[in-house]
Amino acid sequence: MSIEAAPERHALGHRMKRKEDPRFVQGKGRYVDDISLPGMLYAAIVRSPYSHATIKNIDISKALAVPGVKAVITGKDLEAAGLGWLPTFHGLDKQMVLAIGKVLFQYQEVAAVFAETRDAASDGAEAVEVDYDPLPAVADPFTAKKDEVLLRPDREKKTNHIYHWEVGDRDATARALDGSPVRVKQRIWFQRCHPAPLETCGCVAHFDTMGRLQFYVTSQAPHVYRTALSLVTGIPEDKIHVISPDIGGGFGNKVPVYPGYVCAVVGALKLGRPVKWIESRTENLTSTGFARDYHMDVELGSDKEGRLTAMRVATTADHGAFDAAADPTKYPAGLFGIVTGSYQVPVAHAEVDAYFTNKAPGGIAYRCSFRVTEASYAIERAMDILADEVGVDPVELRRRNFVRKEQFPYKSALGFTYDSGDYHATLEKALEQIGYTDLLKEQAEKRARGELMGIGISTFTEVVGAGPSKHFDILGIKMFDSAEVRIHPTGAGIVRTGTKSQGQGHETTWAQIAAEELGLDPQNIMVEEGDTDTAPYGLGTYASRSTPVAGAAIAVAARRIREKAAKVAAHLLEVGEADVEWKDYKFQVKGVPSKAVTMKEVAFAAYTNPGPNEPGLEATSYYDPPNMTFPNGAYIAVVDIDRETGEVKVRRFVAVDDCGTVINPLVVEGQIHGGLTEGFAIAFMQEIQFDREGNNLNTNFTDYLIPTSLETPHWETGNTVTPSPHHPIGAKGVGESPNVGSPAAFVNAVVDALSPLGVRHIEMPVTRDKVWRAIRDAEAARAGGGAKRP
Amino acid sequence: MNVSVKVNGTSYERDVEPRTLLAYFLREQCGLTGTHVGCDTSSCGCCVVVLDGSTAVKSCTMFAVQADGHEITTVEGLAKNGSLHPIQQAFWDQHGLQCGFCTPGMMLTSYVLLQHNPAPGEADIREALSGNLCRCTGYQNIVKAVQQASAAMREPAAAKQ
Repeated sequence: MSIEAAPERHALGHRMKRKEDPRFVQGKGRYVDDISLPGMLYAAIVRSPYSHATIKNIDISKALAVPGVKAVITGKDLEAAGLGWLPTFHGLDKQMVLAIGKVLFQYQEVAAVFAETRDAASDGAEAVEVDYDPLPAVADPFTAKKDEVLLRPDREKKTNHIYHWEVGDRDATARALDGSPVRVKQRIWFQRCHPAPLETCGCVAHFDTMGRLQFYVTSQAPHVYRTALSLVTGIPEDKIHVISPDIGGGFGNKVPVYPGYVCAVVGALKLGRPVKWIESRTENLTSTGFARDYHMDVELGSDKEGRLTAMRVATTADHGAFDAAADPTKYPAGLFGIVTGSYQVPVAHAEVDAYFTNKAPGGIAYRCSFRVTEASYAIERAMDILADEVGVDPVELRRRNFVRKEQFPYKSALGFTYDSGDYHATLEKALEQIGYTDLLKEQAEKRARGELMGIGISTFTEVVGAGPSKHFDILGIKMFDSAEVRIHPTGAGIVRTGTKSQGQGHETTWAQIAAEELGLDPQNIMVEEGDTDTAPYGLGTYASRSTPVAGAAIAVAARRIREKAAKVAAHLLEVGEADVEWKDYKFQVKGVPSKAVTMKEVAFAAYTNPGPNEPGLEATSYYDPPNMTFPNGAYIAVVDIDRETGEVKVRRFVAVDDCGTVINPLVVEGQIHGGLTEGFAIAFMQEIQFDREGNNLNTNFTDYLIPTSLETPHWETGNTVTPSPHHPIGAKGVGESPNVGSPAAFVNAVVDALSPLGVRHIEMPVTRDKVWRAIRDAEAARAGGGAKRP
Repeated sequence: MNVSVKVNGTSYERDVEPRTLLAYFLREQCGLTGTHVGCDTSSCGCCVVVLDGSTAVKSCTMFAVQADGHEITTVEGLAKNGSLHPIQQAFWDQHGLQCGFCTPGMMLTSYVLLQHNPAPGEADIREALSGNLCRCTGYQNIVKAVQQASAAMREPAAAKQ
């Protein structure tokens, strides 16, 4: 355990065991598929076998004859009802609910079947006959760019190009690069992957006796769903109740609104009975939000010592059939502008061009804040390439270029104001923890013997906590978040927020924040999220925004309660309010520590003896963050590669994170372990591949791999703390750091191991096959006399 | 088809379709929703239950009719008399879970492991759990939880300290 518990205080910084766990270990969690309502029907979806095809006819007669089948709906039915299309979250596009006229990706939703049982619904779906006329498929964005096959004739602009986005100074960057003594350029692809939470997506839709929609759903953002459902269906928002019960992991996959949800609502309305829709694993991997798929041309310029002079990145993005990326409205490429990373880059330019292809829509973040992982991977990979070019240790190159701690708040070339950090200290801690000097010696010895050992560094900076309302909105709704705190007469309480835990442990950490601010027992502060009837409006949990935004709202609401409580305390202590101070978790008469009352006593009085004050003790805060937060870290991976088989073994991995104030070290470590494991999966195992016809080749867990206990490395963690100066408790968010920072560490380690062979880059996922080919090609090139750099 | 299955000591007699998987029988016919389904290919292990006291099975690989006359233990059957089983306690103590979706299967696989090997080393634990996927924890704290449970079950008195 490397994160030290804070000195004994009320709640913050303690390794408190999670309050939610007793129900989970007893099998009493309540996930969406655990909900059964009387008379409930099941929905199954008919999906396209083609990636691009005209629909000539849909015959539902045989399906309707299947025992138990109650109804079948198609895109035409929905279009007639005005429900044919669904707006995507950042407003640049819309998505078909069920295919209308043609299908645009394999496994696209074509019809929905409602039946008495799960099996009858599947049988009905099998019996729907769809007559397709295949069209040429566009399976990559470079083909799409040619506009030879137009995918979206429904759109005003007759092109597959969706948008161009750019930030920075194009001309100055070009001049700086041209004048740089050292330049490197690399095409880096961050492959298409999928978050694949263990619980797939699903819902239960039910119109109650009052005609109100009760909608249970696997959502990371229940309030946004309520608003979106109201806008799509025309049902007044007060007649919609969204409940996100326990969620079996999300990682970004449960942010978008999916066609199956709309179908379930339509089925429930049409048939007057509750409808459950739970997707299969194959449906999850093939049709719901994928992540990444950025082809990045990265250029760095530096002086002869490796001090950066400029950075330029041009990205081609594959968004699939609809632009369903869940990014803030003004940020179609998310927060990709963090691509200058932890370094002083005098001038930079980044641009992204996105294209439609015949693949599933998405472009959501897989455990990352809006394209921050792509950006972080690009700069960290490029820094190693520059180090190789300059001929300096990658560690030393980073030291020379880091933003120094006295430069914070630091305005980056691409417009962010980094809040705080001590990058040098974090890196030094990681180097010490892993024993870098000894590793370098060992590596030199092994290299002399022809053995392949690599050390990979990644010193990333994230931008999370979206976000300040002047810049950030989704569907026009500002990206604040909220908390309501109520303290009951006995000093117990309840915290409700607009966020929604999917495993992050909010029931514990939110109670700790409130308890710390109020001097109460976190065991008696209940946390409730995910119910739009009770929770204040919020934008939900993704992009590491819960602690930066809702966590701040809890602290602010609790402080408002403390202000009110101070008045009641003054009444109890029989002094003026000005004579009361909050000290050592109690209200004391200034200078007379013996005259004090606890919050618990004040809470009781607030309901029984409030004096001249308004009774009750509760407060709400809608927190509009003044800036983003910038968690950062230094990660080091050590790998050994089998020269004969290409097998990579991650021998050690040290992750030193700086997420500002740590609320609960146990939870933070758990988040880091999990995020590193997902980063490991992405680096070595995960890719959603397509053939030229647009057929998805990774449609279940036998082809899309999740690391098991056997492959997963042992993680070593550590931390530094530079609190965020603008957050009420100094916290920055942590859930995504390990996934953002680790892929580059793994790949840098592999490339470092292969560098004696002249290898400078290798694409993820770094499979045994790719490594073996890289070794073989490099050796062949050497044998042929020329040094080849793949 | 009629089946009679004893689950956590209670007999359930139900008329099921032959194709009904044991996982859905437990969830939908017995109302025991602690057994989860996370994939279609028997890869994830969220649905692991214990067959006849000592065999861990993925209940999506077994038809309900195959369980006829057998005894099944699900996660709901682990706690006794209101006290958590040492494995449940250990998963809680060691932060061996986050979203909780894989947890029932992880615990039941561990339960069977500890019957056959009461003092497993880390490699034994990782090998035994390799058919159970977790997306949240990275397995490290799960391994620690199984080690704690192992110690507690061998020396119940020591575990109470």
